[in-house]
Amino acid sequence: MSALTNAPAGAVPTGEPAPKRRNRRRRRPADWVILALAIVFGVLIAFPFLLIVINSFKSPADYATGGPLALPTELYFDGLVNFWERVNFPEKLWNSIYTSGLVALFAVVISVLNAFAIGIGRVRGRTWIIVLFLLANMLPQEALLYPLYYMFKEVGLYNTTWAIIIIFTVIQSAFGTYLLASVYGTFPKEVLEAAALDGANRWQILWRVVVPISRPTLSVLLIFFFIWTWNEFLIPLTFLVSNDNQTVPVAISVLQGDRLMDVTTTSASALLGVIPTLIFFFIFQRTLTRGITAGAVK
Amino acid sequence: MTRLADEGLIPHRGKGGRAVYWLYLVPGLVLLTLIVLVPLVWNVLLTFTEWRGIRPPEFIGLENWIELAGDTTFWASFRNSVAMIIAMVIVPTLLGLVLAAMLFDLVGKKFGGRLASFMRATYYLPQVLPVVVAGIVIGWILRPENGALNTILTDLGLGALAHNWLGSPDTALLSIMVVLVWVQIGYPVVIFMAALQRVDPELYEAAELDGANWFQRFRAITVSVIRPEIFVVTLTCTIAAMKVFGPIFVLTRGGPGDSTMVPSYYAYSEFFQSQQVGYGATIATALTIVICVLVVLFIRAQNAVEKRERSGL
Repeated sequence: MSALTNAPAGAVPTGEPAPKRRNRRRRRPADWVILALAIVFGVLIAFPFLLIVINSFKSPADYATGGPLALPTELYFDGLVNFWERVNFPEKLWNSIYTSGLVALFAVVISVLNAFAIGIGRVRGRTWIIVLFLLANMLPQEALLYPLYYMFKEVGLYNTTWAIIIIFTVIQSAFGTYLLASVYGTFPKEVLEAAALDGANRWQILWRVVVPISRPTLSVLLIFFFIWTWNEFLIPLTFLVSNDNQTVPVAISVLQGDRLMDVTTTSASALLGVIPTLIFFFIFQRTLTRGITAGAVK
Repeated sequence: MTRLADEGLIPHRGKGGRAVYWLYLVPGLVLLTLIVLVPLVWNVLLTFTEWRGIRPPEFIGLENWIELAGDTTFWASFRNSVAMIIAMVIVPTLLGLVLAAMLFDLVGKKFGGRLASFMRATYYLPQVLPVVVAGIVIGWILRPENGALNTILTDLGLGALAHNWLGSPDTALLSIMVVLVWVQIGYPVVIFMAALQRVDPELYEAAELDGANWFQRFRAITVSVIRPEIFVVTLTCTIAAMKVFGPIFVLTRGGPGDSTMVPSYYAYSEFFQSQQVGYGATIATALTIVICVLVVLFIRAQNAVEKRERSGL
């Protein structure tokens, strides 16, 4: 190891084009083999998506004769339409959008307030407060499930989307607090001092200085909270028992194995579950890949 | 000066001081207490009771815990958690390291960065799905009578290999593991590719001149530089692996027998199917304890490695 690191950097031959360019031109056969491997692996990962797309537009008879790999002989929308109407898909879509949207918004506000006190206010005992929030994020939801179920039944919020909104606002903001507190801990002090000299109080500094400056981080959090809440399953499954307030993943999963679901309708149901998240993916691709790496380094 | 270092970042005059910041923490802490801390403590208390959800809970001491210790389903569920860790942590991390290095070192440098980021996005695709939906997608392919996999096998003349993948005890767990590997693989690839940007290319050139082959360079340089990310990935994925619920719920419900039972599905079924709330709470508490112990062990291991690295230099 030390022998490797101590090798003089000057040993790199000079007077040649930059190493990157040189490599780019010299593609050995082995490189092509590895590229092919990477592509094959990518196709393997995308393959289930392709199968679902192809087979959602076939009739069961077409599926039986042509098999899963053939393209549909004619476009058949009955499976998709049947499932769409059966679960009242627009309603489920709206439930998901509305709960995930409110959770994302509330959780960001709570995270900002918490992180302002911890990161900028540096309240006493902040390390323990952060540990507490981290614990909340790490706990298995099963450990909270029954008491929450009982509590929400008692106050009459069981089987309403508000139960989901409240619970996930807390769980997501626990992560948000952890992340934002460390971001705010390194907030440029001069900016805050200048604002204080101008006579702004803390509340004004928070909303007029800190929030606008940290907007990029906040928007990443907003997107993440939205998608994470969208993808949640255990608690929505337990709390949303009546059809009209279920979210997309819950509505789709409770119909699996149903007798009325033939092969291609089941495929169509999977497709309807996949599409919304793929749309988010294509819209937010950059934010997502940048965001998860930012979260990881901390 | 030392006192100043412990002050808030905003200078203040007159009344209040740092204590005023507690006001900002009030909503967050109240919500946290109501939604997380109270239920958590309540759940632990429930482990000492027998409760079917209707009449008031009855105190039974440690009976639930004693029953748990001898419960073969419970132990089976934790054995299956080890399989979940293989599928969500070990395979994706190792495969992710290789794929990230392939994309970054080779595809990115010799075939262009755009191709590399396109491949990265493809690998990441299953990660954006809700896990249940991922389960449904793979479950559709594995359907017993007319599933895609069985049909393809039959068409290829390998009909003998066709199988009730999710319905037989010998392949059900393996099928679940395939779903999880598929879902999980993109996460380490994305994180490791970002981390690889920190690797100093000169270090690599130097090692190459010293005659180190690709694998030696990979082990000595790459892995040691991106070690923090490896820790983060393995830790977060291990926690996620212990909590797996969705795919089990949509694909096998823990069956056949106990062959795909996991702690969180077991707790769920005790809560809402058997109505054994006290026992379900005991399973959930045991799971929580195991996760906490794993996290502590992980962080200690990380600190130990860091210390050794520092003294080694």
